Amino acid sequence: MSLVINDLCVGCYACEPLCPNKAISAPLERGRPVFFINPDKCTECLGDHDLPQCAEICPIEGAIIDEYGEPLNPPGSLTGIPLHLLDLAREGECRM
Amino acid sequence: MELPVISNAAPAAASGCSSSGCGSAPDALAHLPDHIRAKVQDHPCYSEEAHHHFARMHVAVAPACNIQCNYCNRKYDCSNESRPGVVSELMTPTQAVKKTLAVAAAIPQMSVLGIAGPGDPLANPERTFETFRMLSEQAPDIKLCVSTNGLSLPDCVDELAKHNIDHVTITINCVDPEIGAQIYPWIFWNNRRIRGVEGARILIEQQQKGLEMLTARGILVKVNSVMIPGVNDQHLQEVSKIVKAKGAFLHNVMPLIAEAEHGTYYGIMGQREPTALELEALQDACAGDMSMMRHCRQCRADAVGMLGEDRGDEFTLDKIDTMEVDYATAMVERAKVHEQISAELEMKRQLRAAPRFQPELVAIEAAAPALRNVRIAVATKGGGVINEHFGHAHEFLVYEVGPQSARFLGHRKCTPYCMGDTSCGDGETVLAGIIRSLEGVEVLLASKIGFEPWGDLEKAGIQPNGEHAMEPIDEALRAVYDELAAAGKLAAAPVTAGARAAA
Repeated sequence: MSLVINDLCVGCYACEPLCPNKAISAPLERGRPVFFINPDKCTECLGDHDLPQCAEICPIEGAIIDEYGEPLNPPGSLTGIPLHLLDLAREGECRM
Repeated sequence: MELPVISNAAPAAASGCSSSGCGSAPDALAHLPDHIRAKVQDHPCYSEEAHHHFARMHVAVAPACNIQCNYCNRKYDCSNESRPGVVSELMTPTQAVKKTLAVAAAIPQMSVLGIAGPGDPLANPERTFETFRMLSEQAPDIKLCVSTNGLSLPDCVDELAKHNIDHVTITINCVDPEIGAQIYPWIFWNNRRIRGVEGARILIEQQQKGLEMLTARGILVKVNSVMIPGVNDQHLQEVSKIVKAKGAFLHNVMPLIAEAEHGTYYGIMGQREPTALELEALQDACAGDMSMMRHCRQCRADAVGMLGEDRGDEFTLDKIDTMEVDYATAMVERAKVHEQISAELEMKRQLRAAPRFQPELVAIEAAAPALRNVRIAVATKGGGVINEHFGHAHEFLVYEVGPQSARFLGHRKCTPYCMGDTSCGDGETVLAGIIRSLEGVEVLLASKIGFEPWGDLEKAGIQPNGEHAMEPIDEALRAVYDELAAAGKLAAAPVTAGARAAA
């Protein structure tokens, strides 16, 4: 059992120091960190915390998913932006 | 007649306009004890006077954040926008130090290094304090400062004091958790995401505790507040009173930036930004309680240069990799430049303190004592002089000038009328936008103004004036005001924009 960081991650480093298993690393690709959870080390914080720490602090909806591919922070759950307006929000994203 | 009164201004300083570039600044800081004034006089973000002469830079070493604000989009990687929280290149502490030394050598006026994000600097304590530690060793002549949302502040006060960081900015948007819940959807606290009123309550408690701890140690605290119409605009006067009582020495009320294309909650939800006049009115209302800052440019977390300019492109990681910096030599040059600027500012201070007899002014006032105040806009590149073409200006500084004094009200951002040959075709709509941003302004001073915009400005009731090119702002403001007074244009009742346009 392990959580996964997908390519919605913006590389903010918030999760990395919180991981009780030091399972999160950030290899640099073209100067940008691409965060990665080592599945052999991740316990989803069982025994350490009530809730998985990476998902608790992650500011990006949908960036952390469980083994079934379900996001721990589904769309709208962090920003409060209503679902029907989220497309507008995505248009606003500026990714270089 | 109501004179423009600057908060806490010493009466002697209120003779204002004989001053340096910037009406209110020296006065607004006049009530401060000498040792604090000495600390801020070369800090462009703390002293309005200094911001014409000294430059600053931010290094983006702090990406993580421990709260969410409704005016922030955490997908911050954008090179085309200038607003807090936005950066192009995240840096390691080592890269940040290299960049800082390169900038300090190339721009000797650079006096201050700040860490402001793109997340919360104190939510990245290792990266932030590692940068400060290296810089205090390698560049002892650079002032260090940090800004924070305050959540982790109480835990970091000892460390801040250790690194000799004596300028801290806390963003405090409210002291009421119910209002806070409309601004902060969640915080991360004790290993959990805490939402709503409870999250806001903890954040507010931590901010206030941090503020008290800092001022108890004599660390200078500026408080930033974002003015959000309908959310906290009525509430910020109370915030101003409270933070002043707890020892913050400067309050900076900034306008909300909320555009749909930024993808922020407020932007998407259509929360409106305050108008320039609403912001001014709130700043005036808060000014009764403490020194207000009005020259904030809401910089990016990786801004480089004078306030309002960004020379970050000259110092990208690729470019600084090729730069050889001899900091020992640079430090000598920097000391010379800083000494020159300080001497110039000191001379201006002394001139300001000396009582001046102004026979013309006295005569005018004796004849017509009920002269009204006039809003005058100025185009400047810095240095406290009128040295920018109208068409190149990215912003205009707006002053309120009265018979006795002038005070700085704030800057109005705009798209430059002439971005170069290619974009001038767009000029007409751009000009309409500029004129809209100059609401309430009656005279515009620039080093040069083209024929076309001249006519449109006049039609809109704004008198363009290029006669004071390269003159110090304060002298030009005084001269223009006296001219208007002598021409009998300053009868006490303010002329409305409509009446002006019709005239």
